[in-house]
This record gives sequence, structure tokens and C-alpha cells, in this order.
Amino acid sequence: MMRSYDGFEIRNPGQWTDRRVEQIVGKLLRVGVGLSALVILTGAAVYLLRHASDATNYRVFHQTQPELRHVRGIAKSALALEGRGIIQLGLLLLIATPVARVAFSIFGFLEEGDMMYAVFTAIVLAILLFSLNATV
Amino acid sequence: MKVLEFTALVWLGSFIAGLIGSLTGLGGGVILVPFLTLVFKVDIRYAIGASLVSVIATSSGAAAAYVREGFTNIRIGMFLEMATTVGALVGAYLTASAPSKLIAIIFGVVLILSAYLARKPRSQRERQLPMDRLATRLRMNGSFPDLSGSRAYNVQKVPTGFSLMFGAGVLSGLLGIGSGAAKVLAMDRTMKIPFKVSTTTSNFMIGVTAAASAGVYLHRGYIDPGLAMPVMLGVLAGSLLGARILTKADTKWLRIVFSMVIVILGLEMIYDALLRRF
Repeated sequence: MMRSYDGFEIRNPGQWTDRRVEQIVGKLLRVGVGLSALVILTGAAVYLLRHASDATNYRVFHQTQPELRHVRGIAKSALALEGRGIIQLGLLLLIATPVARVAFSIFGFLEEGDMMYAVFTAIVLAILLFSLNATV
Repeated sequence: MKVLEFTALVWLGSFIAGLIGSLTGLGGGVILVPFLTLVFKVDIRYAIGASLVSVIATSSGAAAAYVREGFTNIRIGMFLEMATTVGALVGAYLTASAPSKLIAIIFGVVLILSAYLARKPRSQRERQLPMDRLATRLRMNGSFPDLSGSRAYNVQKVPTGFSLMFGAGVLSGLLGIGSGAAKVLAMDRTMKIPFKVSTTTSNFMIGVTAAASAGVYLHRGYIDPGLAMPVMLGVLAGSLLGARILTKADTKWLRIVFSMVIVILGLEMIYDALLRRF
């Protein structure tokens, strides 16, 4: 009988060990951060080319403009190739990275036959989606 | 200040924060907010928003490397994330309703406490602890690679650890930090999880905790692309470089100096909040 590193029985020996799941999770995180950094860099170039000599004002809080505070507005702004919209899209990708990691972990635990942890992970995902729901 | 100049200076400062944060293991987020508010006079809500985003970047970047080494315990992390994410949501809503002055004071206190915690020596446990019933049922006990191959550990006091994690989540959502120090404290001291497993698992959890408050922050307009862009890119570059040179550098003095800087920044934040701005 195959066992994962913490002694828990694995239903599909060799296919979905904890280590394998960890490796995929590692790759997922790297790709997510790398991709978001690339998008943010692109947005930064557009933003700086157009607004380099504008004045900054972060001393007084007046909230980010409404269209850059939800997914649809950000997508629209990014498609219009506005620098601030592209940066915000990159930030959304960054926020989505740990969410994707959690979603994948549910799948990983299910494949291992670990129902208890699949449920725990689904609860975490539900909390994350509840938070992000405000921005859709 | 003009956009180009502001972006360049904030990027540089964030790069240094990320570099020192990863070299000392204290995290860059904890000095980002005082750096932005005290040096650049940025409103604390924008600073918290930008800091939170950079926390997700560094945590995810570092976690990618750590999970491969086999120290991270994904089950412990996932179980405790149920507490940290709910805490982070509560914290994010508190930030939206609490006055900036109060947030600045809490931030100052947390800075001073985290510097104190960083100075304490890590715990050493040679003796194998008995198996805890709840931890065993939750399949949390594990092992990690060491010189002699692998070493097993038994997790203790799950309910207390879980409650402390809720508190760590509130702090993270309230202040836009990873609150790694609080997470390690809960796992290492209370749950008796080996130090290296605690730090890597904490780091693994930080990104998910931060993502739980990021939605609220974005919706409330705390995340401004013009500020978050240089902060995220700077901290990410700095922490990646830090992780690369970490094995060669002697960080003892750096930790001491950095702890003192954190205390000074903490006092400055409390002073400013009580007597002047925010």
C-alpha cells in the first residue's frame, strides 16, 4: 500500500501523491506571478509613456476611479489599452493566483481520496469567492 | 512630484524593502506602509492596498520554491487558512470603517511587537512530542527532510492555534501585511510545529490570506494602479534577489539593524498619528 509523506493512504498509487500536487502547485504559483508581473510591466510602459509628467496625488484619499474597482471595468479599460487599466488587470491576475492554487488543491485532495481536506479547501475557496464577489 | 519621478523612487524603495525583508525573513510588507506614509506622505489606505498586493506577489513567488523542498505542510496550511481568510475578511471590513488614526496606531504597535518577536531565539525541540488526538484525526502530523533523512513531528493544541490564526488574519486584512510573524508564532510556539515547517507553511498561507482581503480592498478603491505598480514590481524584484543571495549572506547584523529600524518606524507612526497627520 502506498502512503504519502504523512502516512496517509493513497488510493491511486504513484499518480497523485502529495509531492506531485506540490510540484504542480509550485509551477502554478510561479506562472501566475510571472504572468501578472509581465502584464503590470506592459501597463507600466503605457502609463509612463503617456503620463510621465502628470502630477501625483496620493496624500489625500479619494478612492481609485470607480471603473478600475471591478472586473468588468478593468477588462474594458485594459482592452482600450489604457495603462492604468492594464496594470489593474495584472493585479487581478496576481490576486487570482492564490485562488487558483486553492481551487486546484480541491482537485488534488479529491484525487488522493482525502474527502475531509477537499471539504476544508472548498470552504477556503468559498470564503475567497465571497470576498471577490464584490468586485465582479 | 511628477509621475515618472514618483514611480522610480517608490520602485527603488520597494526594491530595498523586498531585499531586506527576504534577507532577514521579516518580510517587506511590514516596512512598506510606514515607508510610503512617512516618506512619500501617501494616505495610509492607498499604502495598505499597495502593500497587500506586494504581499501576494512575494508569498506566491517564495512558496513556489519552498513547496518543492518538502518542508511545507499543505494540510496544516489549508486547515488554518479557514481561520486566516475569515479573519482577513473581518480585518478588511474593519479597515474600511475604522479611522486612519487608529489604524496607524495599531500599525505602530504591530511593528514594535514584530521587531521584538524577531529578536527572540527560535525554539529547539529534540524530544518527540506525544500524538495529539485532534491533530492525528486531522492528519496534520508530518515529517520533513533533515541531515539524517527525515524527521517526524506531532502537532499540538490545534484549537488554540486555529484561534490565533484568526487573529493573524484580522491583522493581515486590517493592515495590508502578511502577518507572517504572528502565523509563525502560532505554529511554532503553540502548535509545536518545527520552525522551518512553520515558516514555509506560514509563507504558503500568506498569499491566500491576503487574497481574501484583496477583493474588499479593490472594491473600496484602496488599490491604485499608479502606486501598486512600482510597489509590486519593486518588492518582487528585491525579494527574488534576496532569496538568491540568502545562502551566502550573514544576516545576523542585518536582522539587528532592521529590527531597530522597524521599532523607530513604529514609534514614528504612533507619534505622527497622535500628534499630527492621519
